[in-house]
Amino acid sequence: MKGDSIIHFEGVTKRYGKVVAVDNVSLEVKEGEFFALLGPSGCGKTTLLRMLAGFEVPSEGRIFIDGEDVTLVPPNRRPVNMVFQNYAVFPHMSVADNVAYGLKVDGVHAADRARRVEEALALVKLDGLGGRKPDQLSGGQRQRVALARALVKRPRVLLLDEPLSALDAKLREAMRTELCQLQAQVGITFVMVTHDQDEALALADRCAVMQRGLLQQVASPSDLYEFPASRFVADFIGSVNLLEGQLVVDEPDHAEVAVAGVDQPVFIDHGVTGAAGTTLWLALRPEKIELHKWADAPPHPGDAPPGRNVVAGTITHVAYLGSESLYEVTLADGQRLKALRSNLTRWDQEDFALGETVWLAWHACSPAVLLT
Amino acid sequence: MLQRPGAARGVFAATGLPPIVWLLALFLAPLAVIWAYSFGENRTLVDIAITGSWANYARALKPLYLAILLKSLGFAALTTFICFILGLPVALAISFASPRAKLLLLLAVMLPFWTNLLIRTYALMAILRTEGLINSGIGAIWSLVPGLGPFEPLPLINNNFAVVVGLVYVHLPFMVLPLYAALDRLDRSLIEASLDLGAGHLATLFRVVVPLALPGIVSGIIITFIPALGAYLTPDLLGGTNSQMIANVIERQFRSANDWPFGAALSFLLMYMTFAALLLQSLIVRRHAGGAP
Repeated sequence: MKGDSIIHFEGVTKRYGKVVAVDNVSLEVKEGEFFALLGPSGCGKTTLLRMLAGFEVPSEGRIFIDGEDVTLVPPNRRPVNMVFQNYAVFPHMSVADNVAYGLKVDGVHAADRARRVEEALALVKLDGLGGRKPDQLSGGQRQRVALARALVKRPRVLLLDEPLSALDAKLREAMRTELCQLQAQVGITFVMVTHDQDEALALADRCAVMQRGLLQQVASPSDLYEFPASRFVADFIGSVNLLEGQLVVDEPDHAEVAVAGVDQPVFIDHGVTGAAGTTLWLALRPEKIELHKWADAPPHPGDAPPGRNVVAGTITHVAYLGSESLYEVTLADGQRLKALRSNLTRWDQEDFALGETVWLAWHACSPAVLLT
Repeated sequence: MLQRPGAARGVFAATGLPPIVWLLALFLAPLAVIWAYSFGENRTLVDIAITGSWANYARALKPLYLAILLKSLGFAALTTFICFILGLPVALAISFASPRAKLLLLLAVMLPFWTNLLIRTYALMAILRTEGLINSGIGAIWSLVPGLGPFEPLPLINNNFAVVVGLVYVHLPFMVLPLYAALDRLDRSLIEASLDLGAGHLATLFRVVVPLALPGIVSGIIITFIPALGAYLTPDLLGGTNSQMIANVIERQFRSANDWPFGAALSFLLMYMTFAALLLQSLIVRRHAGGAP
């Protein structure tokens, strides 16, 4: 049933000699979910996926699919299929033979097989190309063959290893939408490995962020972005300003954090539950920092008490990105903050110039408070 | 770096001329002489007249020699087949070994090349002969078991069996190396994809690995078959009177029989068969690559 757990990693560890690739990972993936394993290269995400496919055997721990312990089950007997990063389309077979391969080795009857191959090719919009050889296809088409070849087996889980990394930017965008639609259409659980945070945020229902073999956080894309659990996650997902500070006031309904280079303590609209003087970090997204003209009075952003969460700085770099502009503002103590400003009109990028002194302001609810 | 064509021509002449002269003077010219001899006849003991007659070839195709030729083909084909059956698992094992083990295993495959063929063949004789390692070993165990009677040594040498064993032993590296080269180039994810799609190891081997390694397999077969067909030392030392191969007959014509024209004709028949094998290879490889437009 949708929402039930379909994959369960139970304390899974994988060692290669002395190197720990995956370190005691416990994780559940729900039925029908689009799940992403996200992390920098070498973080263990691919090893985790390969253990799920059966190409690697965990050093410790167990893996369950549909409640069944598959830890030692060989890849050809698992109800999962994989779309490889390089697609791994068999070069000596036609498109149709590639798609039929899994059915053929399963002993599916020829007539049934032909019908299902046709359906699978239609699903990935390759109808009529069944007779082509892989070297007559574009990269995007080869990926569709790999998708059809895996989906035709009606797996319980479809595994995707960096599915969009080999495509050019335009195609990647289109393929994102299509993967989402495809998943909704077939209703199969997708587990994707990616190092591209945009890709994970755009596609996945939930993401697991990994670093050096350890699971850092498992959450929905918006929770990962707005409520990161650690400095690593905050920094890895999107762009962030990390301010180190000391807790000075901690009440149930608000807290204040002293940050070097910011005159007044930063006001937070919730309690932190930490001892006074505890070192912590504020993760402040660039788009949550407002830029104000110096000539105007110090702004009073939203829900913060007047005069709080405002700091003066000088614009030391401007990057015009089209839809928005990224300003680097240097504070009095040399600390640099990034502020992103949407170019709402066609003249907005002219509002602030390099070298201009400005006010930076943010809401009391904007920074995420991180203890690690 | 691009150079003036004239200068490049000078470099080409300087580096290319010696090997070309070498090849012409020491390989192609003697070959042409032998080819001419094959259309000649003995006048005196040392004098050969090139008469342009086909008599030598006609004689070579008589049943007596044709039978030896066919037998040589049979030996070479059987040797190639056994080498393939033995070599494929070896090549697979090497290509899947860790980089360190791979180096050691490849070294082990090539090690026999560093020892003289004659010495290796004598070593094989020491193993196979009537009082050799195998027979004395079995004999020792035989005598321990009561009620078996006296041990009759197995006929392991001076017969067809010994020739094939020797040929397989000598030619196995020729099969393993090209197979290894082809398998090592194979994209591992294709094998994983096959397993992932539900195929077992055997199905993966025959549906994915062998078809994709086909050019390497064909090379291995040809590279093993050609020298096995022309083998001289192995049948000479390990074979019996009845397991002569064509190279032994050719050797006899040039030496004891002193019939160079006939020996030359037999040599060229062997060479034409080699050409035929190479032609077959290029046809198969071209057809294999012919999937592309």
